[in-house]
Amino acid sequence: MKVTVDQDRCVASGQCVVAAMEVFDQRDEDGVVVLLDPEPRAERAEDVRHAAAVCPALAIAIED
Amino acid sequence: MTSTVNPVDEHAARAPEFPMARAAGCPFDPPPTLRDLQREGPLARVRLWDGSTPWLVTRYADQRALLGDPRVSADIHRPGYPRQAPMPPGGTGVSFILKDDPEHARLRRMVTAPFAIKRVEAMRPGVQKIVDDLIDELLAGPNPVDLVEAFALPVPSLVICQLLGVPYADHDFFQDNSKVIINRNVTPEQRSAAHGNLIEYLDGLMGEKIARPVDDLLSGLAERVTAGELSRNEAAQMGVLLLIAGHETTANMIALGTLALFEHPEQLALLRDTDDPRLIASAVEELLRYLHITHSGRRRVAVEDIEIGGEVIRAGEGLILANDIANRDPGMFAEPDRLDLRRDARRHVAFGFGVHQCLGQPLARMELQVVYGTLYRRIPTLRAAVELERIPFKHDGSVYGVYELPVTW
Ligand code: HEM
Ligand code: SF4
Repeated sequence: MKVTVDQDRCVASGQCVVAAMEVFDQRDEDGVVVLLDPEPRAERAEDVRHAAAVCPALAIAIED
Repeated sequence: MTSTVNPVDEHAARAPEFPMARAAGCPFDPPPTLRDLQREGPLARVRLWDGSTPWLVTRYADQRALLGDPRVSADIHRPGYPRQAPMPPGGTGVSFILKDDPEHARLRRMVTAPFAIKRVEAMRPGVQKIVDDLIDELLAGPNPVDLVEAFALPVPSLVICQLLGVPYADHDFFQDNSKVIINRNVTPEQRSAAHGNLIEYLDGLMGEKIARPVDDLLSGLAERVTAGELSRNEAAQMGVLLLIAGHETTANMIALGTLALFEHPEQLALLRDTDDPRLIASAVEELLRYLHITHSGRRRVAVEDIEIGGEVIRAGEGLILANDIANRDPGMFAEPDRLDLRRDARRHVAFGFGVHQCLGQPLARMELQVVYGTLYRRIPTLRAAVELERIPFKHDGSVYGVYELPVTW
């Protein structure tokens, strides 16, 4: 699984961090998403898919 | 005379009034007309107080698609925007909640940092202390007592005051003015006066923070005013938005959520008997979904033609996205009318969707987790002191809840 994020679209909702803390973080200065792990392990796939589904700004893309 | 009726006119002629009434005896369920409309099709016309007939969007998937669509505007000053109430005389200053990108994004990003998950988690022990202390006071005070005044309003008010840097001693003043602003039935003059009071108050506070910045959110805005990134009026408007949104909504979730749990004793028992943070977090999501307190719908206007379900929404036409009925969409949630704290409700739209999705959601979630995870365990015999029929619901509020909740233990 390959993950990309679009920091320009991100509205800093934090939903991805709640869903998959090991994969997503937020910048200190404005809460915008930071991708910690662009190729998460298989056991995290479900959480990452959930993060992409709840992201209100459609800022998370997944490629299998 | 034979004439073919334009389908749009036909929709408009049949348009039911919005907002609609809930069914008697079902204070937790959306109005039955909303269910009928959702079953009948993705779009319907509704009639507002001013005679306008915007589109009502009822289904979960369509609402998400439209709220995430840049062809849809949240700008209250655009013609066709479905207003909740008449524009107050002299117009109204509004912060980013009623503006579009890039202006919306510019302003929102100035206040996103304090709502990041880690920053909010760092506030949890302080919120736990506020909740513990208020419960101590509750137990030492009169019994029965109104849970709204004694607990549901003070928790989020204390928290947002601390975060913003607003003196809590002024809570009667800002709570009373907020109540007027979110009441559907006040006159435009009353609403505008209440808004003016709050702007004046926040402007005064901004003056103090500009002179003597400390470590709080308003001081952060003050520094931006000093740096010329933000006008003082924009800062005051943002302060008003955060102050109102920060206490009214969460307070209603606390009181209405508690009442819903009284009516579902087996669900209340789950919370009373657990300290599992995952179950508590799941309970918060399910109560947000089930109660959906922002029951006036997300309001938008189309800036281009948009096709949906074989129908075309024309540029300039208003849209109301009824998130409350989307959270009860059987296409999304199995047995949607059942309150089930153990279900996975995380995809609800109680905080909206798209770029305007609630800025305060991490804070609201954390506060509700602390409250629901503490109140019923500390007071296991907590129950309503009057019959459900005697509890006054906020049918006239743009945010739903109860005016009063007498409780005993
Ligand atoms: C359970 C409590 C809450 C609920 C149900 C709630 C609900 C909502 C909803 C539905 C929206 C979207 C409005 C739209 O799309 O038109 C929203 C936006 C917003 N909320 Fe909340 N809210 C809650 C708590 C809070 C708190 C605690 C704060 C602040 C401290 C807050 C601040 C905001 C702000 C600033 C916006 C505007 C965001 C934007 O336009 O970008 N809310 N809220
Ligand atoms: S869920 Fe989306 S909008 Fe929210 S912080 Fe993550 S990337 Fe940004």
